Amino acid sequence: MAKPTTPRASSAKVKAPVPAGADHNRPRPETPTDYKASKDELLEFYRQMVLIRRFEEKAGQLYGLGFIGGFCHLYIGQEAVAVGIQSALKPGKDSVITGYRDHGHMLAYGIDPKVIMAELTGREAGISRGKGGSMHMFSVEHKFYGGHGIVGAQVSLGAGLGFAHKYNGDGGVCVAYFGDGAANQGQVYESFNMAELWKLPIIFVIENNQYAMGTSVNRASSEDQLYRRGESFRIPGLQVDGMDVLAVRGATEEALKWVQEGNGPILLEMKTYRYRGHSMSDPAKYRSREEVQAMRDKSDPIEGVKKYLIEAGISEDEIKVIDQDIRKIVAEAADFAETSPEPEAHELYTDVLVEQY
Amino acid sequence: MGIAIKMPALSPTMEEGTLAKWLVKEGDDVRSGDILAEIETDKATMEFEAVDEGKIGKILIAEGSEGVKVGTVIAEMAGEGGEAAAPAPAPKEEAPKAEAAPDAPKKAESGTSKLASEAKATVQDPDLPEGTEFVKTTVREALRDAMAEEMRKDERVFVMGEEVAEYQGAYKVTQGLLEEFGAKRVIDTPITEYGFAGIGTGAAMGGLRPVIEFMTFNFAMQAIDHIINSAAKTNYMSGGQMRCPIVFRGPNGAASRVGAQHSQNYGPWYAAVPGLIVIAPYDAADAKGLLKAAIRSTDPVVFLENELLYGRSFDVPKVDDYVLPIGKARIMRPGKDVTLVSYSIGVGLALDAAATLAEEGIDAEVIDLRTLRPLDTATVLESLKKTNRLVVVEEGWPTCSIASEIAAVVMEQGFDDLDAPVLRVTNEDVPLPYAANLEKAALIDAARVVEAAKKVTYNK
Repeated sequence: MAKPTTPRASSAKVKAPVPAGADHNRPRPETPTDYKASKDELLEFYRQMVLIRRFEEKAGQLYGLGFIGGFCHLYIGQEAVAVGIQSALKPGKDSVITGYRDHGHMLAYGIDPKVIMAELTGREAGISRGKGGSMHMFSVEHKFYGGHGIVGAQVSLGAGLGFAHKYNGDGGVCVAYFGDGAANQGQVYESFNMAELWKLPIIFVIENNQYAMGTSVNRASSEDQLYRRGESFRIPGLQVDGMDVLAVRGATEEALKWVQEGNGPILLEMKTYRYRGHSMSDPAKYRSREEVQAMRDKSDPIEGVKKYLIEAGISEDEIKVIDQDIRKIVAEAADFAETSPEPEAHELYTDVLVEQY
Repeated sequence: MGIAIKMPALSPTMEEGTLAKWLVKEGDDVRSGDILAEIETDKATMEFEAVDEGKIGKILIAEGSEGVKVGTVIAEMAGEGGEAAAPAPAPKEEAPKAEAAPDAPKKAESGTSKLASEAKATVQDPDLPEGTEFVKTTVREALRDAMAEEMRKDERVFVMGEEVAEYQGAYKVTQGLLEEFGAKRVIDTPITEYGFAGIGTGAAMGGLRPVIEFMTFNFAMQAIDHIINSAAKTNYMSGGQMRCPIVFRGPNGAASRVGAQHSQNYGPWYAAVPGLIVIAPYDAADAKGLLKAAIRSTDPVVFLENELLYGRSFDVPKVDDYVLPIGKARIMRPGKDVTLVSYSIGVGLALDAAATLAEEGIDAEVIDLRTLRPLDTATVLESLKKTNRLVVVEEGWPTCSIASEIAAVVMEQGFDDLDAPVLRVTNEDVPLPYAANLEKAALIDAARVVEAAKKVTYNK
């Protein structure tokens, strides 16, 4: 149930509304406006979001067939968040870190679906050579730093990546994604404090998909308007419709501007929704089928982009070509992941340490 | 007669200090809370406040005096409304320096005093060239020098922790670093171990070389998730793609009279974790050479120091770039009758025990493991081949300890060389108590090592 979010101003820039109890005299970011995407950009958003959706559906199938084991957290429903944010970043310059629901962020950063899927099936060709699995994937080349299995750890680690950007003066910004569940972890606030104290270039992104496993935000959070969670650290927060890729991208532009101007961190609360269970073993007893269906019908992020495409004059046929193309890519990735060999037995002992002692 | 002002103890371990400066002079009126003097120890400089009201009478210890024992009368003060104590001539025989006053209250002796040892290795590092010059250096200075040298060499190295910068280090280990390297590279953090351990780990993932100081490893419990789940496992989980070159360092093990929450040895905890390097040096040379190696290592390192060793002086070789190999034990004293294996502060006790045993005709070999992971079992097994008897000395709990690990390795790989069961000399299996007598009973000492060595050599 993505509630109505921050009203989006269509033209004139206005200051973002100041939450109750905040210091009115502090500088604040502008209220973001929807991103004005070109036709090509819209097509690319669509392509990436459909790629994530189809990839995750396939991963769900492979899980059911026993090709994927352990924990597997799907990103279906949340596609607009990773795609909208990461389209504004520069891979190789800006760093990204997230929790265990990480497939979508990797795909949005242009990482090859084959090596991701092969990691899910635990194969040698996987991006972590089969040793990480769904929750532990990294691509240093893309400055994608994981893929972390401990709820909230990525927030401190992300602050460290931001620290490194500042230390090196490389102009990069870190985006640290975490969920509404992680938003209650203590280390998140330790990191908020230091990030603001040291003006680290970092965007904290809360992907509020409404449920931490089976516990709704309201049942777990005394302040359930999570964008306010940074206020006592003087970190401004913006609440964003995370089901609308243009709203997400627009807010990211504003956040990047804020951080790159040296103002220190900013917090984006993305109101989103996951259609599937928390992981593959979710009993789905904590919410109604109707609630999920209503979100799919009314707020689906991919249907939203489709509407923008049609408005921009893209034909149904052109969209279908993309859909078919994506199906092919995902089928190839799945095929690759099913047929690639498992790691050699000796790999058990490699990569424990880098050096020999 | 006025009130005697005595040299204060500023910490549980302080036995003497320097009376750096008087801030009052004879005849001054003081009120309680006024600062009388500055007292310096090797750890810190502190202000000494008046407790009573009155007039300063005779100042008995001049400023600048070193080695003033705790409890020495340093000045006299006239009591409330009273006359200043007559500037009576100091008793002739009294040399008012470094003498404990006879009426000094009886100080409860900490159990950790048993851990004190001046013992040094009896053999030199065979890798050092003949004629190498040595400089007497405290462990504290050696650690600081190691960090400073590596910071000069590599711009990516920085130090972060509580009180490392402006305070100059809670235990003065980072003294002078802020001045030389500036606030960008020597960073004071809020008291948030979990957070700054994570920030350090993230910075290492991002290509820097952080040295994260924990004020003590007791507080690293708050941060152990990042040390283990984030730092130690990342290289493996990423298939060798993502490095985490970080050093977590700080004092570990029992300190004096600080009770259970501030006194434990985490060596066995961290040494249990694949993906970590764990180092626990004894003397200053090893502290320096191994900390430099730790900072250069591409792997995450837990570097366990010991507060009680910080102030002890050892010879450190004067060479340009003194880096020691990680994962190599050191024979501190060669012997043929029994092998005493230890690390960190236990090494001093093992050496003391060896000296006592020598008087009784038992020739003990002492091995300092230095690195707890990876463990240099080859050196231990080689020594066992010679002595056929082994005792492990560990200032820590017995259960699931380094001592248990050594015993298991010796059983598996050196069984045929054993002429007696391996014995463990460890602390008692209880949280460390506060009371001085109980603390003393809980901790290891050289006498227990001697006893165990005699037992395995059937000399008892």
